[in-house]
Amino acid sequence: MRRKNLLLLALVPLLLLPLWLSPAQERSDKPRLVAYTNATIFPVSGPRIDQGTLLVQDDTILAVGPSGEVKVPAGAETIDLAGKTIIPGLVCTHSHIGGGSGGDSSSPIQPEVRLYDSVNVRDASIARARAGGITTVNIMSGSGHLLSGQTIYLKLRKGRTIDDLTIEMPDGSTAYGVKMANGTNSIRESGPFPGTRGKSAALVRQRFLDARAYREKLAKAEPDKPVERDLALETLVDILEGKRTVHHHTHRHDDILTVLRLKEEFGFKVVLHHVSEAWKVADEIAAAEVPCSLIFLDSPGGKLEARDFDWKNGAELEKRGVLTALHTDDPVNDSRWFLRNAAVGVRAGMSREKALEALTLAGAKMLDLDQSTGSLEKGKKADFVVLSGDPFSIYTRVLETHVEGRKVFDLADPDDRLFAEGGFGAGHQRQASGCCFYR
Amino acid sequence: MFRLFHFFLLCSATLQAQIAVKADRLFTMTGDFKPMENAIVLCGADGRIEAVGLATEVTVPEGYRILEAAVVTPGFIDARGTVGLSGILNSPKHDQEQLDKSDPMQPELRAIDAYNGRDPLVKWLCDLGVTTVQTGHAPGSLISGQLMVVKTDVPSITSLEDTLNPVSGVAATLGSGALGNSPATRGKAMAMLRGELLKAREHAAKVAKAAEDEEKEAPVTSLRMQTLLDVLSGKTPLLINAQRHQDIAAALRLREEFGFKLVLDGAAESYLLLDEIKRAGVPVIVHPTMARPFGDLENMTFTLAAKLHEAGIPFAFQSGFESYVPKTRVVHFEAAFAVAYGLPQEEALAACTINAAKILGLEKRIGSLEQGKDADLALFDGDPLETTTHTIGVVIDGKVVSEKAK
Repeated sequence: MRRKNLLLLALVPLLLLPLWLSPAQERSDKPRLVAYTNATIFPVSGPRIDQGTLLVQDDTILAVGPSGEVKVPAGAETIDLAGKTIIPGLVCTHSHIGGGSGGDSSSPIQPEVRLYDSVNVRDASIARARAGGITTVNIMSGSGHLLSGQTIYLKLRKGRTIDDLTIEMPDGSTAYGVKMANGTNSIRESGPFPGTRGKSAALVRQRFLDARAYREKLAKAEPDKPVERDLALETLVDILEGKRTVHHHTHRHDDILTVLRLKEEFGFKVVLHHVSEAWKVADEIAAAEVPCSLIFLDSPGGKLEARDFDWKNGAELEKRGVLTALHTDDPVNDSRWFLRNAAVGVRAGMSREKALEALTLAGAKMLDLDQSTGSLEKGKKADFVVLSGDPFSIYTRVLETHVEGRKVFDLADPDDRLFAEGGFGAGHQRQASGCCFYR
Repeated sequence: MFRLFHFFLLCSATLQAQIAVKADRLFTMTGDFKPMENAIVLCGADGRIEAVGLATEVTVPEGYRILEAAVVTPGFIDARGTVGLSGILNSPKHDQEQLDKSDPMQPELRAIDAYNGRDPLVKWLCDLGVTTVQTGHAPGSLISGQLMVVKTDVPSITSLEDTLNPVSGVAATLGSGALGNSPATRGKAMAMLRGELLKAREHAAKVAKAAEDEEKEAPVTSLRMQTLLDVLSGKTPLLINAQRHQDIAAALRLREEFGFKLVLDGAAESYLLLDEIKRAGVPVIVHPTMARPFGDLENMTFTLAAKLHEAGIPFAFQSGFESYVPKTRVVHFEAAFAVAYGLPQEEALAACTINAAKILGLEKRIGSLEQGKDADLALFDGDPLETTTHTIGVVIDGKVVSEKAK
């Protein structure tokens, strides 16, 4: 009898083999109905629920509410999360994970360059972002150009190629924005790059005027005589028409105002990023109704234009009703302590509600993805994070990250844990070995 | 000298009353590190602690100014940074004094000649509750220069007494951070380092011989040799920044060969060599918990401090060196993050107070709240390790140096 059991045990790995060979999407987490019960839930779109249930069908939220009110259908799998916290999946509006890069040094304005062609979705930094609770991310090229290229918005699904992670917009196109910058970083000593702030603004304005002319040409073109395609100007036309959002790196108060003038002149959608001196021109930012994506660093400086960076930026913008999100700028701040960044904002006067919104719904709005993610609401995608405790406590750990109803990070899984905590082999620019589902 | 003068100035002008600090919860960082509830610290006119005890037992003398806080700890100690040398603007030739690359080995570069106590980042740390830093030359060359220990309220080094130790260590680096044109390889780096230490040994022998024999000419005074002699004699610790396990092993071999006092700096992969480090009795100043996991740090783990603690290896936290942002880290923020990854809370506090003081050899003066020790205190409106807690006051040598909530 004993021997027979042993034999059966020996067969188990063989039985599992076909499962190992199946692709990620067919892992044990097949489409299903799951009720996560008894958790403290922060839906962000509404008040905290102390003992709540999140009901998920396949990739979508079916219901969220107090456990006494949400009826769990028969046949649903129930996962008791008593003592745990559920928050929406985090949205990072500005990150450099995936090892991608945008424009080269041939020109300061390169709208034709796509980050889509450069991000490595198997990079360890993407696994680390999942470990930090990030489910949606805007990966950007750098700030060393006035315009360094097209960004890429990704859902951090477990996938094999970039196309497994991209987001389709209602018009069928792939979701992305455009990265721009002013101030010190995009000024260089020589070449086609600007040497001053005045020149920086002039170069950008001229290029947008070129795009306006190109748009008129497109409008007037006869069907039998199509206008020659220009990848750079096409992108700028998309910006002029409000189809793509400009994500604008800017630090100093005068550089912030330059962005507001550009927006006024060309009428584009823009999000201000970093905004180190936001507190100096908070009224102007509010009047322009421009959203801000902030970062909190543990000390000011690093360059002259960030000397007056202040933790109070979040509170000052909140007072004026400015839509405010946060970003990691990973590797500037690691994705695994994105939550901690919001806690710094709370320390300096942001309300807990707005700080949590800044990590989730506000960012989703800036990426035009708030119809499907950023809060826990019926009908939205089931993008959520299970925490061990209060979102703003330094002692809290991310236990699980779910994207569209599928678990993409589980602290209990040793492979995932390696990315969450680090250790020998964690830095290799690949998915950790040891298991089998997504290589 | 400056500090003494300052003190007399204060006394004569009676600008500041003596301080009594009342705490709902007081971490004295003595014994088992458990806090006292409802306690008082009296700060004497000499800048030292007069008394520590329960509020029911300590009477506050008349005329003392009373500060109150939910939680009070000893002022925090940053066991290894570059603040005051690597300034807020990150502007070479103006405020970046942490590394000179003209020679791979320059132990003669003094921290006291490079330190700017008026850089805003020193005040930044002070306002957050960091009262003492070991600061100086950064990792990045084989031997980059000296370190010193100074309090964060000292604006200028007018004399050696302005520091707690003007030469608290010599900073060395093993690993890719120290490699360039030459040394370009790890083998060469060790050969150069060993060669220089052997040279110092020979120099010492010549000095000794000249002292014995009047006919023998004493060797020319060499700043470099003098500094290395102090390393070889054990007077000055050699702080070796080593992140990879092979570099940590090399540092241990070097210590074995030359018998100096070794402190491991960074030590990202030290979890692979816990037995060896423990056996050598070498303390570790761990890299910032929130350091970036690239290059030699690619295998770093947030659990390192917890692992060192479990292994019984003495350790402290550091702000380290950042070439970009944040231009300085904050030592108790780094300690706090380690608590989320398994380090007991009181051990995290100890690592930025008394245990750091021990590694710096200054435990008789700083690091805990006991009668006779320096009256350096940090006041908080909650758990000092929580990100959302504010530092609400800082006392150094019995003087209130910061009172704003930050």
